[in-house]
Amino acid sequence: MADNNQDNNNPKGKKPTLPPGYAPKAKKPTLPPGMEAKSKKPTLPPGMEKGKKPTLPPGMQPAGKRKPAMPPGMKAGPKGAKPAMPPGLAGGDGAPSRKDFASDQDVRWCPGCGDYSILAGVQRLMPELDIPKENLVFISGIGCSGRFPYYMNTYGMHTIHGRAPSFATGLKASRPELDVWIVTGDGDSLSIGGNHLIHILRRNLNVQILLFNNQIYGLTKGQYSPTSERGKVTKSTPFGSIDHPFNPIAVALGADATFVARTMDRDPKHMKAVLKEAHGHAGTGFVEIYQNCNIFNDGAFFEFTERATKSDRAVFIKNGQPMVYAGGKKGIRLNGFSLQSIDLEGGDWSKDDCIVYDETSMELANIVGRMFWQPDLPRPFGVFYRTARPTYESLLHEQIGMVTNKQGNGDLDTLLNAGDTWTIG
Amino acid sequence: MASSAPDTAPQKTRERLAEATILFAGDSGDGMQLTGSQFTLATAYARNDLATLPDFPAEIRAPAGTTYGVSGFQLHFGSVNIRTPGDEVDLLVAMNPAALKVNINRVRKGGSVIVNIDSFTQRDLDLAGYDAHPIDDVLRERYQLFEVPLTKLTHEALADFGLDKKQMDRSKNMFALGLALWLYSRPIQPAIDWLGKKFAKKPDIRDANVHVLKKGLHFGETTETFTTQYEVNPAQLKAGVYRTIHGAQAVALGLVAASHQSGIPLFYGSYPITPASDLLHELSRHKHFGVMTFQAEDEIAAVGSAIGASFGGNLGVCGTSGPGVALKGEAMGLALMTELPLVVVDMQRGGPSTGLPTKTEQSDLLMAVYGRNGDSPMPVIAASTPGDCFWAAYEACRIAVKYMTPVLFLADGYLGNGSEPWHIPNSADLAPFEVTYATKTNRVINGEDVFLPYVRDEKTLARPWAKPGTPGLEHRLGGLEKQAETGNVSYDPQNHERMTKMRAEKVQRVQQDIPPTTIYGDAEGDVLLIGWGSTRGAIEAAVDEARSRGQRVGAIHLRWICPFPADLQPIFDRFEHLVVPELNNGQLVRLLRDEFLLPFIPVNKIQGQPFRASELTTKIDSILGTT
Ligand SMILES: Cc1ncc(C[n+]2csc(CCOP(=O)(O)OP(=O)(O)O)c2C)c(N)n1
Ligand code: SF4
Ligand SMILES: [Mg+2]
Repeated sequence: MADNNQDNNNPKGKKPTLPPGYAPKAKKPTLPPGMEAKSKKPTLPPGMEKGKKPTLPPGMQPAGKRKPAMPPGMKAGPKGAKPAMPPGLAGGDGAPSRKDFASDQDVRWCPGCGDYSILAGVQRLMPELDIPKENLVFISGIGCSGRFPYYMNTYGMHTIHGRAPSFATGLKASRPELDVWIVTGDGDSLSIGGNHLIHILRRNLNVQILLFNNQIYGLTKGQYSPTSERGKVTKSTPFGSIDHPFNPIAVALGADATFVARTMDRDPKHMKAVLKEAHGHAGTGFVEIYQNCNIFNDGAFFEFTERATKSDRAVFIKNGQPMVYAGGKKGIRLNGFSLQSIDLEGGDWSKDDCIVYDETSMELANIVGRMFWQPDLPRPFGVFYRTARPTYESLLHEQIGMVTNKQGNGDLDTLLNAGDTWTIG
Repeated sequence: MASSAPDTAPQKTRERLAEATILFAGDSGDGMQLTGSQFTLATAYARNDLATLPDFPAEIRAPAGTTYGVSGFQLHFGSVNIRTPGDEVDLLVAMNPAALKVNINRVRKGGSVIVNIDSFTQRDLDLAGYDAHPIDDVLRERYQLFEVPLTKLTHEALADFGLDKKQMDRSKNMFALGLALWLYSRPIQPAIDWLGKKFAKKPDIRDANVHVLKKGLHFGETTETFTTQYEVNPAQLKAGVYRTIHGAQAVALGLVAASHQSGIPLFYGSYPITPASDLLHELSRHKHFGVMTFQAEDEIAAVGSAIGASFGGNLGVCGTSGPGVALKGEAMGLALMTELPLVVVDMQRGGPSTGLPTKTEQSDLLMAVYGRNGDSPMPVIAASTPGDCFWAAYEACRIAVKYMTPVLFLADGYLGNGSEPWHIPNSADLAPFEVTYATKTNRVINGEDVFLPYVRDEKTLARPWAKPGTPGLEHRLGGLEKQAETGNVSYDPQNHERMTKMRAEKVQRVQQDIPPTTIYGDAEGDVLLIGWGSTRGAIEAAVDEARSRGQRVGAIHLRWICPFPADLQPIFDRFEHLVVPELNNGQLVRLLRDEFLLPFIPVNKIQGQPFRASELTTKIDSILGTT
């Protein structure tokens, strides 16, 4: 993979280091250069200071509180979602195991790359899915992530830069029984392939999209990407990037995706659970995976993924559960239309004040999905949104069936002789 | 009205013609395409041979009355073999001054011109950019001019129908149609039936149009302005069942036929573009043949989806025009690297860039042959007439599957929109089209049965087509160079050279499927015309004309341009001058010079219009020094 001799922006050896702008001395992370001004903490109106519980007029409970939690046992899966294998059925004698899904090709990612753990996670998940191996297809674009299909002992296609969704669309639309996975990078899916990404999400093909976000162009050796933070110094931005970054979750929600989630390479358990949910979703399962590129963008996500800071900087959202983090010491509440981190130990606030997450709420997903570069708020992981909508391929074949029912199976000679004909001789 | 013709009906002379060319021209809102296609239908009923040339502006409704808003429909028909839409026009129907201005030069001296005199007000003349009134003595002397108050007559005919002025105005093309039908003794019933169907839900509009149509016919019959009525005998076409067909329709039918005969489901991915959109429209109507159509977000997604479908064992096809082909280049390279069947239809139009979207040209040939990164040969096939689009499309699919390769299929706007009588084939007569998908492993390595995706067929060099869903044949395809046989990623220099030559050789082997080249006209002689694509009619008409004057001229028409047929050299050797007519700035001529190192002479026309046969005979004359 990428040449290890290339200079990199984050010299190795001091892992875990924090990304630029998150120098440890500051304790509290600061924003990347160029983003500070805007995000300066606003002075709050009296009675609304951070950590203090405002007295609300009667009947004006915060929205998060009014949302009913899902009844127990009512996981908000849409109808038609594939049931996972009951425990105990996967694995066992003769049943496929992780290594049945590894191809005979040498994996060529840089040692230490986050892609390895994603590959391992996917290979571990496969036996649990109860999908015949020959029905699995991995389709990728170009980038380090694009090599993924070569390492899976399934059907696969390494296509062209940014366009994997279109190949997957043709395959899934014409062969709905196949289980199609798209593997893409942040440049692949959000830069050159942005158009295809939004359209596959809106069409809602029943496929999974794994977006390996390392906030850098890995394969081309370290230029900034559409998810790189402003101010990012890279080979192509020696004075810092002036591009405003995308938040992939917001892009997916904006494109009317029916399943939107985020996970990380460094948390295999969470990753596997989220991927399984995405797979079970009958529609496009969009999963952004924070992936460390230890060569060109080492530590980009360490504040969320490494033990020292993870609990304080990451919040794991769970459907029907209050949004708490920092080992239960902190929570997230809705303050008007804004989010606020609250201290659950000081006595002013309790778990009951936190948002009870509802993954079927588009409004909530849009608010929580937008938690991005605010210094006071942790980064959310988990399933943001899930809704049921007919898949493109089911509508396509339904329509073909409907027309065929009405007109009968096409007869070629009738078609050739359609319209006004005449006979000579 | 069904009232009987008055006894005083003027006596008309009847004249029999072997062929005639008529051109309807008006504002793009005047319904000229519709008028033309109804005249075509009636002509088909009259059993004439025919060729049509619709010619419309790029703007949907350009400002009324301007020259750039003029839409035309030209039709050449006869009892003789009709090869082109006609070099010169015998009758021009001009609905306004702009239509007259744009088209008058196409009318032969002494030909007829019908103008709607109601739309020759000062304002109309200003819009058309006429300084002086165009209808003057010069015009009257040069042509047979008929000044007909079409608008007024239509309004009078519809006085009792309770329609508003705008609705009445819209029917005036039916008056013109009725008059033209009478003039050439065409049946009126097909147009009446068509109106009945089109306005089934609006009986008042239907009745009004039928009434105006008949009025137009009666006008010809009764007025003294028209003293001659023409007749054109049925053509001596080969025995069989016929219909008129547009090129776009024919391509669609060819694709459906290929899918039907091979049993491979058709997947058509496309992004709308003139003049290829009609193909998408047509195919999306044939769902009961299992045809899947996908309107993609752009041309790259269209080709990507088609390749994805082909990977899945379907017949992946995408249709577009030049700008779209330019976008598909990288994906076509992937199709030839992964060696999957794919047909890319290029309905060429005037280029470069957006060029002349609604005009015809043959200028994508070099892009078709070379327009991808790397050494990336791909078979290129071209259709030569609207009806031939069916056969060429069918053949493109057959070759794509047989050789596991993307194929570029070239047609153009003239073929796509043009129409001709088509001898309908019997499905049983179509070339056999069998497909075998791989179902078994194909090698034993270290005692283990394995599937190697790049093991080749000895004759065609095609690799096996293993569909996802087939147990035990799991494999990975991709754009990185493939190791021979295993298909694994390989950066080995020797392997890359070997694979590059292998891909070229595979395309060359398509020669095995090319039938012997036939020569039209003289099999040896002074001039050989070498054409491809939509110029066939004009070229063969020119050969006929030249030979009738005693010149020794032949023509060959290339269906496959990559690879060339294997038998060309001996044909070239039998002629003194090798002439290559093309609607571009010289593209086939370069390919031929490169391959045969002979002094091919280019003849080029780059005006968005097809060749006239006379343009080619003039060139033959100048080469032979006879003028
Ligand atoms: C048409 C085209 N343009 C440019 C490239 C070069 N290229 C390859 S990968 C890549 C960026 C990949 O970045 P990302 O998608 O983030 O993947 P990563 O390598 O980080 O996994 C670029 C620009 C290409 N392969 N094709
Ligand atoms: S993403 Fe970074 S670490 Fe991983 S293979 Fe690419 S360059 Fe190497
Ligand atoms: Mg990246």
